[in-house]
Amino acid sequence: MKQLLDIAGVFSYLSLLTVGGGMAAFPELKTLTVETYHWMTFPEMLHFYSLGQLAPGPNMMMVASIGAVVAGLPGAAVALVAFFLPTGLLTFFIGRLWIHLSTWRWRPAIQSGLGSVSVGLVLAGAIIMGRGAVTDWLWAAVAAIVFLLLFKTKLNPAYPIVASGLVGLLAHWLQIA
Amino acid sequence: MTDSDTPPLADKPSLGHLFWVFLVMGATSLGGGVVGYLRTGLVVRERWLDDVTFVELLSISQTLPGLNATNMSILVGDRLRGGWGALLATLGMCLPGAALMTGAAYAYGIGGDDPWSKAFLHGIAAGALGLIVVVMVQLGSRVLKGFADYVIVLATAAAVVGFKVSVPIALLGAGAVAIWWHRPRGGKSS
Repeated sequence: MKQLLDIAGVFSYLSLLTVGGGMAAFPELKTLTVETYHWMTFPEMLHFYSLGQLAPGPNMMMVASIGAVVAGLPGAAVALVAFFLPTGLLTFFIGRLWIHLSTWRWRPAIQSGLGSVSVGLVLAGAIIMGRGAVTDWLWAAVAAIVFLLLFKTKLNPAYPIVASGLVGLLAHWLQIA
Repeated sequence: MTDSDTPPLADKPSLGHLFWVFLVMGATSLGGGVVGYLRTGLVVRERWLDDVTFVELLSISQTLPGLNATNMSILVGDRLRGGWGALLATLGMCLPGAALMTGAAYAYGIGGDDPWSKAFLHGIAAGALGLIVVVMVQLGSRVLKGFADYVIVLATAAAVVGFKVSVPIALLGAGAVAIWWHRPRGGKSS
């Protein structure tokens, strides 16, 4: 029960930090799951996060994985509800209000201001994620190639990401990296 | 651009149909980029929304906390079928991925320590990082307009990564400065 409460607290808190996407919450996700509660190691969390990028639907369904690791199916359910309910309610009510605010003078200011901050938070998340993922030159090269492919083409991201996994298998087989 | 360019919108769907369409999108939007799938499904295929409304709802989704995919499900569901529509659209969008990632947790418990799965997952993490950076650059090219915006981006990231400022404090602090920087100026009558 204590664990379910912890899960509910952690993920409802993280929920409110996802300005600009799930990556904005990544630094706190790491701090809480790895350092504060010791639910998993950083590489394990990184694995779930990355698998979550491949799963269909919203890209943070990995919160269900963390919940399940900590407390089984109830843990997964609590993590999902906690992660999606607070911002869901906020979006529901502000969404209705926002339409009426279309002429409010501060609205463009909020939109532009929060836009820049959210890019900054995603950058912070990407740097922290990069420290775990880019353990040597090979992975720096893989990340850079995936970036260029997705930036230059309309390729479905699932293909280069799965290909990166195959590079991982190959590197393991060849005993490099 | 005349009205005849855009086909008329379809009738509002039943709750069951709404749930089904979001469930299918939730199950098939592989590899991220859910927004693209949403536009194809809602604007092109079902014609429940026009492009102007879609972009308007998307800009709300991107400004508010929460993931774009779930925020869009809530806003679109609410527009089409009110509160129940919002709930069912969100459930449809989330259930397939949630089931898969819960299953992944159990599979990881069985095979996660295997060096081959570790090698595979480590590769995926590097690839996912490439994806995150693309998403960030796309987000940035849309919202960053002046030099000050880039300063705010770097200051926010440096505060969180370099100075271990917690995300909510960085969000509130940098957010207040950034909103103030973009505050409405000039003639009050404009």
